[in-house]
Amino acid sequence: MIRMLENLDRRWIFLAMALCVSVPILVIGLTGVTFPETPTPLAEAFFDEVDRAGEANGRRANVLIALDYDPASAGELSPMSLSLVNQCAQKGHRMYFISLWPVGPQMIEESIDKVIKRFYPDLVYGQDYVNLGFKAGSEQVIKVMGIDLTTEFRTDVEGTMLSQIPMMEGITSLEDFDLIAEISAGYPGSKEWVLYAATQYDIPLVSGMTGVQAPQNYPYYPTQLKGLLGAIKGAAEYEFIVNDYVREARVRSILAANGIDEETSLGLSKQLDQISTWTTSAEAASMSPAAKAELIDVATGATPGEFLEGQRRMGPQLFAHLLMVLLIILGNLVFFAQRRRGGSA
Amino acid sequence: MRTSSIQTILLTTALCALAGGQVVLGSSKARASFAPPAPPTDLVANDLPWDGGGTVQIDWAASATPADQLKGYEILAHELEVTPRDAAIETDEAADRAAAEETQSLLEGEGIAPEDARRQAALSTPEFVSPPEDVSEWSSLGIVPATQTDYQATGLNKAGVYLFKIRAIGLEGDFSAATASSGEIRPVAAFFNGRKLPLLITLILIASAVFVFIVLARRGMPMRIRKIAGLAAVDEAVGRATEMGRSILYINGIQDMDDLQTVAGVTVLGRVAKTAAEYDAKIEVPTSRSLVMTAAREAVQSSYFSAGRPDAYNPDLIYYVTDEQFGFVAYISGMMTREKPAACFYMGSFFAESLILAETGNSVGAIQIAGTANPSQLPFFVAACDYTLIGEEFFAASAYLSGQPDQLGSLKGQDVGKILVGIVIIIGVTLATLQAITGSDSLEAAVNYLVNVILGS
Amino acid sequence: MQILTRSIPLFITAVAGIVMILSAFFPYTSDWGKFAGQFFNILAAFAFVLGGGNLLKLHLKKISDQRPGWAYSGVVLVCFIVTLFVGLLKIGAYPNPTYPSVHFGGETQGSGSMFWWFYEYAFKPLTSTMFAMLAFYVASAAFRAFRAKNFEAILLLGTAFVVLLGRTFAGVLATGWIPPDSAFSGLRLENLSVYVMQVFNTAGTRAIMIGIALGIASTSMKILLGIDRSFLGSGD
Repeated sequence: MIRMLENLDRRWIFLAMALCVSVPILVIGLTGVTFPETPTPLAEAFFDEVDRAGEANGRRANVLIALDYDPASAGELSPMSLSLVNQCAQKGHRMYFISLWPVGPQMIEESIDKVIKRFYPDLVYGQDYVNLGFKAGSEQVIKVMGIDLTTEFRTDVEGTMLSQIPMMEGITSLEDFDLIAEISAGYPGSKEWVLYAATQYDIPLVSGMTGVQAPQNYPYYPTQLKGLLGAIKGAAEYEFIVNDYVREARVRSILAANGIDEETSLGLSKQLDQISTWTTSAEAASMSPAAKAELIDVATGATPGEFLEGQRRMGPQLFAHLLMVLLIILGNLVFFAQRRRGGSA
Repeated sequence: MRTSSIQTILLTTALCALAGGQVVLGSSKARASFAPPAPPTDLVANDLPWDGGGTVQIDWAASATPADQLKGYEILAHELEVTPRDAAIETDEAADRAAAEETQSLLEGEGIAPEDARRQAALSTPEFVSPPEDVSEWSSLGIVPATQTDYQATGLNKAGVYLFKIRAIGLEGDFSAATASSGEIRPVAAFFNGRKLPLLITLILIASAVFVFIVLARRGMPMRIRKIAGLAAVDEAVGRATEMGRSILYINGIQDMDDLQTVAGVTVLGRVAKTAAEYDAKIEVPTSRSLVMTAAREAVQSSYFSAGRPDAYNPDLIYYVTDEQFGFVAYISGMMTREKPAACFYMGSFFAESLILAETGNSVGAIQIAGTANPSQLPFFVAACDYTLIGEEFFAASAYLSGQPDQLGSLKGQDVGKILVGIVIIIGVTLATLQAITGSDSLEAAVNYLVNVILGS
Repeated sequence: MQILTRSIPLFITAVAGIVMILSAFFPYTSDWGKFAGQFFNILAAFAFVLGGGNLLKLHLKKISDQRPGWAYSGVVLVCFIVTLFVGLLKIGAYPNPTYPSVHFGGETQGSGSMFWWFYEYAFKPLTSTMFAMLAFYVASAAFRAFRAKNFEAILLLGTAFVVLLGRTFAGVLATGWIPPDSAFSGLRLENLSVYVMQVFNTAGTRAIMIGIALGIASTSMKILLGIDRSFLGSGD
């Protein structure tokens, strides 16, 4: 056994890894089962910061969403972007999309198509969200935006002058944003936003990033980075919180629209599994059958739960990590066996 | 999606009410029992001296209403639309009109139709727009707690001209009258950005330490440097490639020449190429940036010259592949598998490709030496390479390999920088720990000063 | 020649470097710093031509010499030339919505253009594939490199297990029995892994980063003073 392991062809390891990743993907894809997430404080901090953006200034928050990544890291990062846009749209923040990566605009369009156009069709381009596209120049762009945004961005991605976009009124520099939310795959990315935006202008900054980048950015949490999502794990946790939040908010808005008092609605939104029983109670008598059906659908159906990509990807991740642990153990068995025989490791 | 827009409106309304915006829910009840707070007084706004521009210091006297009955003060600003290039600010509407008429008559005199002249004159003469009477049209810079009576407005347009007002906000979100407007302020940049003074002092200290030790080294002060295994192994790696009759692969990172790591990588390349020239081994340098290719050619050519082998230098072995990160990786991995280099050097700035390269190199049995200052990639190199230069070792490589006294002197100067950093860390940690134990306000102020002013510069 | 290859480049280096330093402290000179940065971009743009020329030369030579694998060089050249022309001529790009009558006004990479098509259906899957290969290399490196050679290595291995398990549902499965609000909740693997990353890892990273920052400062100084000239090809 040990002899076999000693001369193990790397391709067996590759095959094992391929199986550990592909089988869970297939199983999760077919059954739709995901593992429940336990959000860590970092993801909660990210959510809270987005949630309270603009509160201090008492207006609808202006959130600058910088999607600085490319397709190579989209697997890790796009679930974060989708949930971020989902939360901002639900909360009613104004969203300003930009990217410092040449292929970023495609990532922005993906987020707009998958979240805003699908679930928030009432949001109006130019009033609720705007796509300012890509700007070359890396951190230089951030520096210039800090002083005057219009020097870097004269038009949006479609070539419309900023002066003709209603939501750009009053936006002259980075300081006019209540929050910068950044999803980063490297350079330029979270570090540059920390150095040239968060530190310079004292604007709250939250950032999601790839796993390899996270260790470098932990030192900035919680002073410069108010929230941090690392890799698919961070994405899954955040997605979990946002899905809950969106679901609760929708349940509450349906209940409010049907004249149910706030206290009951708050209690119910915390116990979604009780909703279908509640609709049969006397309290729900004022609701029309259609409203009840909508309520049950929102509370338990899959509509807000469309964003499960992050959590789904935790399945392959679990088995891949377990394989790694196993490989490390096997590698050490080989090492100790060789050492006992007096061979070199 | 009716629900989401309702939600949006509800939330917006709630937020406005919270900060006392225009929509105040149930305010009639509140107004009946509370009079609006008294306005703050004595507003003084001044351009902050010794800054990089765009900052205004605003001070005021507290409102007569006690602080515990106030939510805070709102700082309002208005940027005047006229920003004449000369120093004088035209705020007199009559003077504006006179200027426009003058331009118009001038244009008419040049033979331009009166209608066009008037239009052109109107366009060319900046028209002064007086600030709006209604303060709600002023932009709000933020709300500060009621205990505060000063504010630094930052991020303003350096070339702009601003007016400021302050108003108090009562507990129910009701506003006091605003103060009279401040004078016109230009948040201009000073000659020197005083906020960066601590940084300048640090820079001078470290730079002079480096400088002093370079001078001392030149005067013959003995300098020692500890053995760096990765660099000591260069000869071994090159020798092995020669023995096996295989090539040496040198990757200079994937960033351009404006990254200092790439520059350090070219420096090490010069040394490796010199050894290769002496041993008559073949060294191949694919680059991911065109400028790096030119710099690498210069370095390798001069190494072959100094090794006395100018004839053996072949510029075609140093070539450009692609700027695209993974395209570059695909090329290098394929090349490694086909040509099986005996030694691989990875010196420069690397990202996700580090492990792909190092594992491929390992699988073809190459002896591998890496050096990078990207902390996130260090673990991968350490795991897959034989030797790794960690961060500063990589920058010290040039001094180590050349052994020149003035280069070694600069390393000694760097050590002074480390001592300085160590002292600041010890002071900071001690202050913060004492502050946490005693809860003293003065210690807290000291910690804040250290973090925000000295380290924040 | 000495002046052209040594003195002038050193002079340019020193001037550009000093301008960059000044622009950080003296607001009036901040535009100079930008100006120096623009020069680099101009040079890099020229270098693109150099790089492209080099690529053509190398692969044409390979084809003409019929060296092994020369057909792949043909593929490289065809892809290079086609992409270049599709991008430059903006083939298939929609006209600019604001100025529809202006030729070449549309966005090169706008969806629907041929460049976008290349990007979406060739570049994107290829890039993702290369990146995904990392998973395989991490696994083989884990099998080979993580050996419990000494006490420090054992500590590292333990930490690796905590982080690997804590970042997945396995952590919840293994230590989920510890109540989340108890005093021992910090021992739950998912919290422990965050703690390891935030405290130990941060401390280590900071130390490395301080060393790197000082290394950069001293190397920059050597380059500015002209002590380290090796990047200009001056040898030792």
